[in-house]
Amino acid sequence: MRNRFAQTFYELGQQDPRLCLVVADISPASSIEDFRREFPDRFINVGVAEQVMIGMTAGMVRRGLRPFAYTIAPFTLFRPFEFIRDDICYPNLPVTMVGMGAGLCYPTLGATHHAQEDIGVASAVPNLMVLAPCDPEELDAATRWCAQQEQGPVYLRIGKTGEPTLTADALTPFEFGKLRYLCRGEDTLILGYGPILREAFALKERMEAAGESVSIISAHTVKPFDGAGAVEAIRAHKRVVIIEETAPGGSLGPKVKALAYDAGLRTPITAFSLLDAFSHTYGSVQDLLGEHGLTAAAMAVTLGLPDAPQAMI
Amino acid sequence: MAPSAPRAVPLSSAAATDASDPTRSVSRFDAAAARARCLRYRRRILDISQQVTALHIAPAFSCTEMVDVAYNHFMRWPEQRESPDIFLMSKGHGAMIQYVALEDRGILTREDLDLYCKPGGRLGAHPDDAVPGIVAATGSLGHGMGIAVGMAYAEKLQGRDGRVFLVLSDGELQEGSSWEAAMMGANLGLDNLIALVDHNDFTGLERLSEGHPAFAPLQAKFAAFGWEADQAAGHAAREIVGSVAAREGGKPYALVCHTVKGRGVPFMEHAPIWHYRSPSPEEYRWAVDGLTEIDS
Repeated sequence: MRNRFAQTFYELGQQDPRLCLVVADISPASSIEDFRREFPDRFINVGVAEQVMIGMTAGMVRRGLRPFAYTIAPFTLFRPFEFIRDDICYPNLPVTMVGMGAGLCYPTLGATHHAQEDIGVASAVPNLMVLAPCDPEELDAATRWCAQQEQGPVYLRIGKTGEPTLTADALTPFEFGKLRYLCRGEDTLILGYGPILREAFALKERMEAAGESVSIISAHTVKPFDGAGAVEAIRAHKRVVIIEETAPGGSLGPKVKALAYDAGLRTPITAFSLLDAFSHTYGSVQDLLGEHGLTAAAMAVTLGLPDAPQAMI
Repeated sequence: MAPSAPRAVPLSSAAATDASDPTRSVSRFDAAAARARCLRYRRRILDISQQVTALHIAPAFSCTEMVDVAYNHFMRWPEQRESPDIFLMSKGHGAMIQYVALEDRGILTREDLDLYCKPGGRLGAHPDDAVPGIVAATGSLGHGMGIAVGMAYAEKLQGRDGRVFLVLSDGELQEGSSWEAAMMGANLGLDNLIALVDHNDFTGLERLSEGHPAFAPLQAKFAAFGWEADQAAGHAAREIVGSVAAREGGKPYALVCHTVKGRGVPFMEHAPIWHYRSPSPEEYRWAVDGLTEIDS
């Protein structure tokens, strides 16, 4: 996804001379080298200095530029948090702050490089919109939306590399603020956001093998969340599974359950998230997700699905 | 990847001409008018103090001359339209002097100041966004330098010659965020950034020189961070003007102004109690009667 972000940003940057990228000693990908070469004054590396990364975007946007901030997710949000809150969110400035490699995308770098709590933390700040696209295609659309919007600040939460395309058969294009069906069934609804939705597709296979008809929704706009759309979607299914690679605090699960409750719905909802715990393991992404119960296999067990067939005929 | 190389953005030619550059002019600075204004500003702040239960009087008095010089001498005001220059009060608790200066320039109204900290008013104890003349909601210290660096850079990137005048408190230079931003200001060669440091040697709890012996010297610290740095008597407006005018340029500029917290009212000077307090009616009268013009 970081490659796709770089490519999209470079294309956008060629059209809009106000677009700038402020990074904290990290480069999105090789494509941004083209941007940097063509527009050297619009690429600013502040070095390992996230507070001034944000502070500069606040000053730049007020004087007519359209800056994006970019670094690894915990450093984007946590390190300069007060600067995001006071300098960007309070005055509602249209700055997009990209958090790359969120969740457990860096499974060998330790907890300092994991942004588990970012969705809850970002969602708690007034004015701050939160976008979490599920694949490079959706990220392309989300980035284009961010580059042209004047509504306010965005925390754009993306993966790192190797994310499969999940939106090829989506029923609708990306629309900010709206839930998006990636596939449509009748029995079970899987609702989630971000690259973890690849586990949703694996789960869907297991469910279909057990005779269920499954929908998957990308809730790419975590905030402002499409509550009305969620209630309507819950009404249309017999059970709901929520999947998100984030800490329980401030996550989508409790929010959706509350919406369902307030709407008088008693549809069974099972919410999966990361545990309220740091990871002390080093390994692959799947290893760490497995510890949190967030792989398709682990979730299938919790959901009581029959064992995976030995061979799919 | 290798960090990006420091890149000095060239000075716009307009800034080099004395006639269009008040920051280079000493002869056109009217010191008598400045002294009279500062007296009026201090009196205005004392008057407002009688409308509210508490006020950051002493913090406003220590930067009165700096703020006056910035608004009324350094900044350009073409035909009373919006200035191409920017003033940023990073020392948010010094807001009162900024409000009074903005009122004097007709950017804020008398009613704005009458409704200070009252329902229906838009002025609070710290500068607020979306108020005319206010470019950032400061109040949490250590934010202004980063914002100022971004603004100064944006001016140069877009080919404008706007200058950013930044008033900092000495205490907020305890925040690391101020220094990482200062480093970037130097990296980017932002010589359109002029910082005035209100070095009154007081923080909330104690005198800096007593409690934090490693804090000073500030001028050397700025110089070590790649700025051009000087120091001046912070209540001698002529010294402030002269120092800024004498700067070499090519780098961001910091003037460490040695000031007195509460300067202007003898019984408020150096007294921590006047950080956030309104004088009683009797104290108010003593203060007003004791106000004199200041040039040191």
